[in-house]
Amino acid sequence: MEIDPKTGVLKRDGVESKMNPYDLYALETALRLKQQYGGVITAITMGPPQAQAVIREAFMMGVDRGVILSDRRFGGADVLSTSYTLAQGLRAAGEFDLIICGKQTTDGDTAQVGAELAEFLGIPHVTGVCRINDCNAGQLSCDLDLPLELQSIQIKLPCLITVEKGIFEPRLPSYRLKLATDDREIIMLTLDDLPDKDPVHYGLNGSPTQVKRIFPPENNNAREMWNGTEAENSKKLFDFLKNNKFLQQLR
Amino acid sequence: MSGKYKNINDADIAALQSICGEHRVLSGAQIGEDYSHDELSGIRKFPEVLVKALSTDEVSRVMKYAYAHDIPVTPRGAGTGLVGGSVPFSGGIMLDLTGMKRFLELDRENMTLTLEPGVLLMEIGKFVEESGLFYPPDPGEKTATIGGNISTNAGGMRAVKYGVTRDYVRGLEVVLPNGEIMELGGKVVKNSSGYSLKDLIIGSEGTLGIVTKAVLRLLPLPKHKISLLVPFADLTAAVDAVPEIIRASSIPTAVEFMEREVILAAEEFLARKFPDNSSDAYLLLTYDGASKEEVDIAWKEAADICLKCGALDVFISNTQERNESIWAARGAFLEAIKASTTEMDECDVVVPRKNVAQLVNFSRELQKKYQIRIRSFGHCGDGNLHIYVLRDQLDDAAWQKNLTAVFDELYAKAQDLGGEVSGEHGIGLAKRPYLALSLSENEKQLMTGIKKVFDPKNILNPGKLFL
Repeated sequence: MEIDPKTGVLKRDGVESKMNPYDLYALETALRLKQQYGGVITAITMGPPQAQAVIREAFMMGVDRGVILSDRRFGGADVLSTSYTLAQGLRAAGEFDLIICGKQTTDGDTAQVGAELAEFLGIPHVTGVCRINDCNAGQLSCDLDLPLELQSIQIKLPCLITVEKGIFEPRLPSYRLKLATDDREIIMLTLDDLPDKDPVHYGLNGSPTQVKRIFPPENNNAREMWNGTEAENSKKLFDFLKNNKFLQQLR
Repeated sequence: MSGKYKNINDADIAALQSICGEHRVLSGAQIGEDYSHDELSGIRKFPEVLVKALSTDEVSRVMKYAYAHDIPVTPRGAGTGLVGGSVPFSGGIMLDLTGMKRFLELDRENMTLTLEPGVLLMEIGKFVEESGLFYPPDPGEKTATIGGNISTNAGGMRAVKYGVTRDYVRGLEVVLPNGEIMELGGKVVKNSSGYSLKDLIIGSEGTLGIVTKAVLRLLPLPKHKISLLVPFADLTAAVDAVPEIIRASSIPTAVEFMEREVILAAEEFLARKFPDNSSDAYLLLTYDGASKEEVDIAWKEAADICLKCGALDVFISNTQERNESIWAARGAFLEAIKASTTEMDECDVVVPRKNVAQLVNFSRELQKKYQIRIRSFGHCGDGNLHIYVLRDQLDDAAWQKNLTAVFDELYAKAQDLGGEVSGEHGIGLAKRPYLALSLSENEKQLMTGIKKVFDPKNILNPGKLFL
């Protein structure tokens, strides 16, 4: 995503809308779990009717059901309001054992929707899942990518996880699945279909935060020259990368 | 042709330094190891003197000096060749042209780009795309120079739809072996004015003249593109689908084939998973166009054809992230195969498209027959295959014996199938025996005659192409 430095508005010209790249990893995680443990996968999203293209693409990757929360009254939602709307949509859409979210979006980049959604639903959640180890007896065991270490945890179902980029290589959409799912119905939900029908809880009305200004980060052209020996410089470079957390332990 | 050259002495070095300055004329231990070889062929030889030219005038003066004193000259770009074309086989002067790397003119009215020979291929794409323009030739080695691309008539993946380097060179400035400077062609679209000397220079591997400036033809940048990764049960099924795909109403930009074992090698090399590795063979198709609608019509037709031809599925790569995951692997094939063995040599034959499967299957038979690993991938849309023979743990004698036997059979088979020795890498030093076998006496006479007219003293890149 690029921002126009003058107007502070997202540059949408010539950019085709597409699925949030981080969500591809969530979808792939769901598809792998289904391959191993069975189940039904529902993709749920909130957006204008054009979001159908995203759901169709999820079908082409192997998702079973698609739900779109689409209503003008949802417009202008901040993170909290988006999470609330999704939580209401999930209640309306049926039972679930596990909710998988991408790490974050590529516009707001807050990475908060997953956690807030879990809180609204009153279910446990973890973020930063980088590996699924097992899923049985009502428990999911997985590894979390913490800044300096990995943590292996078990979490009770039903729960919500957000997954890291790279947990699996997302599969490509399949043309065979496209042909097979072209007629599949997408469930469209409006405010009237949700348990809480009070419009002040949604969209701009339900949003306590507002975006005042968006601006691109300043370019940082700072440079440093090192004139040491090969050994000194390689040690220095290693320390630099390590201290700035560019290096992590191999896994 | 004269067979005896003068050895370089201090007076020669001083004369060359008077042309190019002290710091751009290096000799002996000052010459880096890189200048003694190219990317693949095992042939190594240092030049006696390395001259880093920065202008046409310098190239001309160096050639005049070399011509007057019978000194062989080997022009060199980035040294990314695969057949020893830039290795200074006869010693003498190596003329490094990578310092001539300026973009001279982007002419939007004529849709041409004029530039010096040392500009890297990857820089050209970036430069013209900023103006919404497109230089279609797309050889895999992006750090090659345009001068090198012109000298080998490099092809690349987009040849199916757009053709090869030759199709995009409008004009050249060339320094002849005697140092004279010539302008060949220009910004004109058509040209029926006598023999096309420009086209003789293209693909001549630096044996006729030194390219010091080029005028390239550009196209409008196609705004939309999509790749299809198409799994098949086996390679024959994959390659057999290619003629059907090419006969469809839209021409693909690229048609590549890849086998599972090469994909696995790339996964290991990049430490990154490919989007699918469950099938034995894949085709990778790309379509581009000015509008989404145009591209959609093209890929859907191709997808239906693939399924009809027995494809297991058709995977769609329609975003930058997805393309990146596929093409990163495709771009790493050569390096990945290289990293999986101790040494390798390659065969870059081109055959008529419908015979690709036969040749690949033949290479698999050779693998069994000689108990040697052979890997291949390539541009099956244009019939150009890259077949790599891997040394692994063979000792010197066994390696040379097996390699020669495999190559002899491969080149003979390719010729039977109506093919040519090199699709895009050229002949250089390494493929001379196979060129000699494939040319008729008349062709040989014409070619050596042409060389003699351009280079009567045989001082420019001597020993290349011909035995």
